[in-house]
Amino acid sequence: MTTVLLLLITGVGLGALYFLVASGLSLIYGLMGVLNFAHGSFLTLAGFLGWEVGRRVGDGSWAGLLVGMLVGLVVGALVAAITELVFIRALYERHIEQVLVTVGLGLASVALFEGIWGTDPIQIRLPEWLGQTTDVLGANIPNDRWLLIGSAALVLVLIVLFLQRTSYGLVIRAGVENRTMVTALGIDVRRAFTVVFAIGGAAAGLGGVLASVYYGQVGAHQGTSLLIYAFIVTVIGGLGSLSGAAIASVLVAVIQQFANFYLGGTGDLAVVLALAAVLLVRPTGLMGKVTH
Amino acid sequence: MTAILTVRGLDARIGGQQVVEDVSLDVAEHGVTALLGRNGVGKSSTIKALLGLTERTGVVTFAGERIDGLLTHRIVQRGIAYVPEDREVFGGLTVEENLRLAERAGAPNRAIIAELFPELLERAKQQAGTLSGGQQQMVSLSRALMNENRLLLVDEPTKGLAPRIVGTVTTALEAAAERTPMLLVEQNLQVVRALAHTVVVLSGGRVVHTGPATAFLDSDLVHRHLGVSTDQEAA
Repeated sequence: MTTVLLLLITGVGLGALYFLVASGLSLIYGLMGVLNFAHGSFLTLAGFLGWEVGRRVGDGSWAGLLVGMLVGLVVGALVAAITELVFIRALYERHIEQVLVTVGLGLASVALFEGIWGTDPIQIRLPEWLGQTTDVLGANIPNDRWLLIGSAALVLVLIVLFLQRTSYGLVIRAGVENRTMVTALGIDVRRAFTVVFAIGGAAAGLGGVLASVYYGQVGAHQGTSLLIYAFIVTVIGGLGSLSGAAIASVLVAVIQQFANFYLGGTGDLAVVLALAAVLLVRPTGLMGKVTH
Repeated sequence: MTAILTVRGLDARIGGQQVVEDVSLDVAEHGVTALLGRNGVGKSSTIKALLGLTERTGVVTFAGERIDGLLTHRIVQRGIAYVPEDREVFGGLTVEENLRLAERAGAPNRAIIAELFPELLERAKQQAGTLSGGQQQMVSLSRALMNENRLLLVDEPTKGLAPRIVGTVTTALEAAAERTPMLLVEQNLQVVRALAHTVVVLSGGRVVHTGPATAFLDSDLVHRHLGVSTDQEAA
């Protein structure tokens, strides 16, 4: 029972990390039809810069970590918005070219990060509490999972509030359904594109700093490896669906944890099989209903 | 007759295929100009091309200004409202959200919705996707009519609607046409007879006839170009 509980809660913690990356991917695809392969770069850059600023504020301190998370949010949002304005906007409706550009950015940025911070991951210092565990009904849950779960839940609530309560949110929800009709109502939907990129980038940026907390290190390939799972989550959840991304993030991570423990480290295989099963049974994903 | 919209040599393509070829037409600054033709001749594509929703070439002038190089939202912001074929309401949004989204700068006239479609007010919080086809058309028309427009582009507004709703929609369009010129695509010739003063007939993506509506509807040109007789129209 304690093992099940441990796997469940650590799974949800990992799912929180997946969600931070997948939420932006899903919103961006839902609204713009762009598969953003550069999303992992936002995460990695935010992770590095968050760590760089955070350790200067206070290496291993809460203040350093919180400042790092804030820097991650801002860096992610800025880099994503610039990417949209400079690279994506010029290729509006040219989806193949958009994919090529984002793949190119993703590959080139990893090389750039390796050039600046080296090829080996850098171990980081964290507040002591994050390295400890909390007893939950006999299961010792690593404390960093609570930070991940809390942050992702907060991001989910903030994005939902933004989508439900603001005029940009209304445009984005409508655009995910029918982008063409939004423009035919006289709305410049391109502004919403930039906003969605910035929101997705901010979530990924926060994810970058929290990924370094989860793994205890920052590295040039962190974004790339998480991006693969985030894409799987996005497809399983349904492209364009935020709630789908949230549910699929937890599902994928929990399946991964259980398969790793009970089926001899086959977590990755289990995730791919889950993806195949969803695509066969429900090709639009769990909550997807996007039409373009 | 002065034209609010003039179209010269309009070509449009969808997915690389030419769907509109060398169309030239004028929309008068008052009343309704009907764009007619059999299914698939390019009526809806012509409207979409005017709005920049499809790849197009040609000269489109609106109130003296070239608009053929503008993006769709800029064209609409100049006061051209679009009521699309198949309504295209946002099914996941409420009726109120659909209307709020469509409010353009200026002073949107919400009172007109209460006047034309009072039942929409009772359904303000209902998801538009759960409305009947007729109610969705009311939302679609309201989105257009509540703004200050200088031209209405209305595509098959009575398609698939029950006769009672057709009457409601026709009345609403009649009222709208008193204030704003309209280019109307419509298969129901009774509606065309009730609303239009001029017809432009397309065949194979080209204009084959332009003239007064009543004269066209009373002639055998109806059968030649639309494949129906005036008797069928009356029925």
